[in-house]
Amino acid sequence: MNRSLFPYDIFSELDRLQRAMQQAFELTPNIRGIGRGGFPALNIGGTAESVEIYAFAPGLNPDSIEIHLERNTLSLSGERKSDLPEGDKNSTVHINERFAGSFHRVVNLPEDIDPDNVSANYRDGVLHIRIKRKQAAVPRRIAIQ
Amino acid sequence: MSNTTDVTKKEQNQDNDTVMLPPVDVIEDSTGITLYADLPGLSKDKLIMQIENDTLTIEGELSLDTPASLQASRVEVNFPRYRRSFTLSKELDAEHVSAEFKQGVLKVRIPKAEHAQPRKIPINVE
Repeated sequence: MNRSLFPYDIFSELDRLQRAMQQAFELTPNIRGIGRGGFPALNIGGTAESVEIYAFAPGLNPDSIEIHLERNTLSLSGERKSDLPEGDKNSTVHINERFAGSFHRVVNLPEDIDPDNVSANYRDGVLHIRIKRKQAAVPRRIAIQ
Repeated sequence: MSNTTDVTKKEQNQDNDTVMLPPVDVIEDSTGITLYADLPGLSKDKLIMQIENDTLTIEGELSLDTPASLQASRVEVNFPRYRRSFTLSKELDAEHVSAEFKQGVLKVRIPKAEHAQPRKIPINVE
């Protein structure tokens, strides 16, 4: 890598600038931080019956991913091994952008989830967690007599 | 550094704003170059990899099985496509590229052409 040619790490400076900008625009950020740019990237959505979480975590052994649900807080943790050769003098790393190391992400979920009704599957490098909402919270149509 | 680092150069895309650039690792050893790309959410049949005029392009459309009535509350992966291109240098053998794609990670191996393999040049000291 040629990054050492820079007098300081320009990439981390840009990252810091981006965080500062986000903080400036988002006046009341979540207490767990902005979270963007973390690994794995998360898409979260909901339907009337469930909350759906998609964690973009390619190249992991599904057994090594820890999923914890405590009250309405979901945490994902694990470790991703590096594919870079270590201590090999005959190879050169030209680009190193992929995440490696241990990760831990925590997100808040809606209050009405049912922690006993969770399913998770891992396909194409995406971990999909589906948590059903509590029955009482599912909107019901009330018939008028 | 030698001109083999051409592979690290990114090609400019015309419509960069609608695609995601997958993060990659590129490692060169004496016999070739290995590229790893993170493409989570891309199924094997949606991955398109081609080499044209010394340009290697990796692209594909994400497919997630989302319920029809899903309302997003947090979106960090917000474009439906991945695309990234690399310029290959002349001494790489584009005819013998091999690739494997497993759980969202693409591994591409591009060997160096036979004549471009490194040779140790003996130095005679008089």
